[in-house]
Amino acid sequence: MRNTQATNLIFELSQPGRSGVCLAASDVPKQDPAEWFPAGALATSAPPLPEISEPDVVRHFTNLSTLNMSVDTHYYPLGSCTMKYNPKRNERIAAFDGLAQIHPYQPAETVQGMLQILYGLQDMLAEISGLPVVSLQPAAGAHGELAALMLAAAYYRERGEKRTTVLAPDSAHGTNPASARMAGFDFVTIPSCSDGRVDIEKLKEHLNDQTAVFMITNPSTLGLFDDQVQEISDLVHDVGGLIYLDGANMNAILGITRPGDFGADMMHFNPHKTFSGPHGGGGPGAGPICVTAELGAYLPKPIVGFDDSSQTYFLDNDRPKSIGRVRSFFGNVGVLVRAYSYILSHGPVGLKRIAENAVLNANYLLSQVKGFLDVPLGNRCMHEFVASAESIGKQNGLNQPAMDIAKRLLDYGYHPPTVYFPLTVHEAMMMEPTETESKQTLDAFAKTLKAIVQESPEVLAAAPHSTIISRPDEVQAARKPILKWTPKQD
Amino acid sequence: MPYVFNTDDEQAEMLAAIGAASIEELFECIPQDMQLKRALNIPAGLGEMELTAHLQALSVQNKSINEQTCFLGGGSYDHFVPAVVDALASRGEFYTSYTPYQPEVSQGNLQVMFEYQTLICQLTGMDVSNASLYDGGTAAAEAMLMAMSVTRRNKKVVVASSVHPEYRQILKTYFACIGSEMVIVDCGTGTTPVEAIAQVVDEDTAAVLIQNPNFFGNVEDVTLISEIAHAQGALLVCSVDPISLGILQRPGDAGVDIVVAEGQSLGTPLLYGGPYLGIMACRESFVRRLPGRIAGETVDRDDKQCWVLTLQTREQHIRREKATSNICTNQGLFALRAAIYLSLMGPQGMQDVANLCTQKAHYAAEQLTQHDRFELAFSDGFFKEFVVRDTQNDVQQLLQQACENNILAGLPLGQWYDELEDCLLITITEKRTKQEIDELVNVLTQ
Ligand SMILES: Cc1ncc(COP(=O)(O)O)c(C=O)c1O
Repeated sequence: MRNTQATNLIFELSQPGRSGVCLAASDVPKQDPAEWFPAGALATSAPPLPEISEPDVVRHFTNLSTLNMSVDTHYYPLGSCTMKYNPKRNERIAAFDGLAQIHPYQPAETVQGMLQILYGLQDMLAEISGLPVVSLQPAAGAHGELAALMLAAAYYRERGEKRTTVLAPDSAHGTNPASARMAGFDFVTIPSCSDGRVDIEKLKEHLNDQTAVFMITNPSTLGLFDDQVQEISDLVHDVGGLIYLDGANMNAILGITRPGDFGADMMHFNPHKTFSGPHGGGGPGAGPICVTAELGAYLPKPIVGFDDSSQTYFLDNDRPKSIGRVRSFFGNVGVLVRAYSYILSHGPVGLKRIAENAVLNANYLLSQVKGFLDVPLGNRCMHEFVASAESIGKQNGLNQPAMDIAKRLLDYGYHPPTVYFPLTVHEAMMMEPTETESKQTLDAFAKTLKAIVQESPEVLAAAPHSTIISRPDEVQAARKPILKWTPKQD
Repeated sequence: MPYVFNTDDEQAEMLAAIGAASIEELFECIPQDMQLKRALNIPAGLGEMELTAHLQALSVQNKSINEQTCFLGGGSYDHFVPAVVDALASRGEFYTSYTPYQPEVSQGNLQVMFEYQTLICQLTGMDVSNASLYDGGTAAAEAMLMAMSVTRRNKKVVVASSVHPEYRQILKTYFACIGSEMVIVDCGTGTTPVEAIAQVVDEDTAAVLIQNPNFFGNVEDVTLISEIAHAQGALLVCSVDPISLGILQRPGDAGVDIVVAEGQSLGTPLLYGGPYLGIMACRESFVRRLPGRIAGETVDRDDKQCWVLTLQTREQHIRREKATSNICTNQGLFALRAAIYLSLMGPQGMQDVANLCTQKAHYAAEQLTQHDRFELAFSDGFFKEFVVRDTQNDVQQLLQQACENNILAGLPLGQWYDELEDCLLITITEKRTKQEIDELVNVLTQ
């Protein structure tokens, strides 16, 4: 139960002279730091942080946590984010001393177990993706996109080709165009057909000797598998370009089809989605990338190698064509350990069943909502589908029906679907139930949704009614940004 | 198949509702010739007991810092993590939630972000902070890209060689694609030579990047370098050690325009290098160029104070190719850890921990250099790390000898700096006792 005083801002709880820690006195002879540093290098006073006792810190953050919806507490069908159950066993494993309390610069002979895990993960991701060479270094999906596009640039540089353009469909996630620009490319959006597939004729118009990479999300953000993917990849390869697969939706196809088998040259995984790394309120993630043998030489370094003669694992830095580093140390290892543990918990049979059940759950939910919500892209989907609240808005005179329905779901204890993405569907509500939800949960959710769309427009427009705050004024937040607490002047 | 709950009967009911004869039918949209007609070639699935045993067996093959004494640093530090940090950050309501897109049910995470941003501003003396980037290295790269956008100068940046070598490698990778020049200023004397900076910074320079304390542990003349950069209209970007700010002048008070840091020291264990925390804070006027998420204060429809994600028109999900960065998933959980850590420490705790580090580091340096074999490579003031030269030029033997005595003695610098081939970077945190330091000296001078 929430304690409202404890959720005041931490700065308002501060009392001069309090502290949450008590450090032992120094056991070496004390000297005056002023003698060591140049004039002005030392601060004249301690940083003006709040002064809080340990119990108050605990009470404050514990109470704050209760203001969040989370996978542990709520059904969270947030499309594209794969909010599946985060196994507790992986948390315990990742916290083992031998995995959590090791320094990134320890000699390889003292971290053979860790290197074996990372090497094993490289191997398993290569097998799952059908792309043989793997770098675990990128820190999130978007970072994997960036690293792969930089790799493509290096590949073309070495071949003496000047290719300037990256293309992606209009349904692509915002990170695709943003990564393309960061990697120094021009970006071109390719429209989709009304059935959600890439418009091949439009794509052809844009393919030429400037084409560097076509980025495709398959299954797409519309929850559809684009069966033209082989044809698309042939077209792109014919003009000398490369195919990048945004692997955010791998949950739908684990063990069923592999990007390397349908024409992809490069891809990233989002282990924090597909392999259930907890999302942490916005991170951490990881963004391992897998590429063809030809592109492998350009991957960021180091990668983990195995030396046959000594039968030991090592960090392979001897990769002269590598684009270099994209992150310090080895990468988001803690997330990778959880992914390794997750994949091993499932094995080949279990991974395929993840995909099967994710797709079954999504199709079932679709079948339960299509009677009262438009699903413009058909009656079948992969692991998620995009409904549209547009006609409900028209009937009810609501300007933002997807938002209103989303907010009303909060009153019933559901985290809403992703709304207003992808951009190609009006009033989009993107639902991804994941495989770890039961039929009962999906039934109850669909029933609630049905009741909501029949509620009066006034009730919807004013929702949520039961959360600790009502709808915030986002316009004011952006117009007059207050981005930190400042002491009140009195 | 541990986490699927629907029984065979339920699955059959669901298929009937869908109007599909089988699960395979749901995959008919994937052309047959693309489907994998065999099982994946990965190990068979393990139950929780076998899985735990398997990873336990791999875990014990690693020698943790609880089985040896760690004098390794170089951007990843063995500082003490209070139990409170682990206890709070392992609450499911924090770690199994997503980015707070629905503010009404994310006030906990949003308030944490807002508090984190404030704490970072208090610690660094800067005006605004974002809610986290991936790590210290990518934060430095993002800061340099941001500086180019703020100054509208795309040609050139200047980087001190005393910046973490891996951060410089990341910068090199990022800059290779955009065709801007990166001039490295050699810091062979242990700190950034101010005259050399003055020579290379010109009206085409977007920014100068330094690190303070620098990679060798030495304290830089930040104010002077900022004056040189500003005289040419360039920005000063400074990568800092957050622990050092318990006693060192805050970068915001020394003329720094963009501060970045590796936030691991603030309550995160070593984790073999990640996940960590990229800190970034800057001047108010640059806020619309900041990469990453930002929480802001506002009011709800009933005029109640609350928090939302704000200034989102900087971000990829709104601006796509015109965004300030491509970052989406960040390091929220580690920003939470840092917020808890800083709240616990308070001003006194931060001052104490910084003081302990520097006192003990100076003791270690004095003890070691009492022996003829060792001398300090640089004469500058250092914080918690120092570079020691082995006059017998046998760093590998020293490390080996220490390893046999369960000591990680330090980081050999020859891998990055040719002229420091006979040198070790030794790091002392508050966790190292006098006894452990004496033992290190003993072992290295045997
Ligand atoms: C389709 C798609 N692509 C890319 C990304 C970016 O991944 P990340 O958030 O790990 O950087 C996401 C996730 O948000 C996504 O849904």
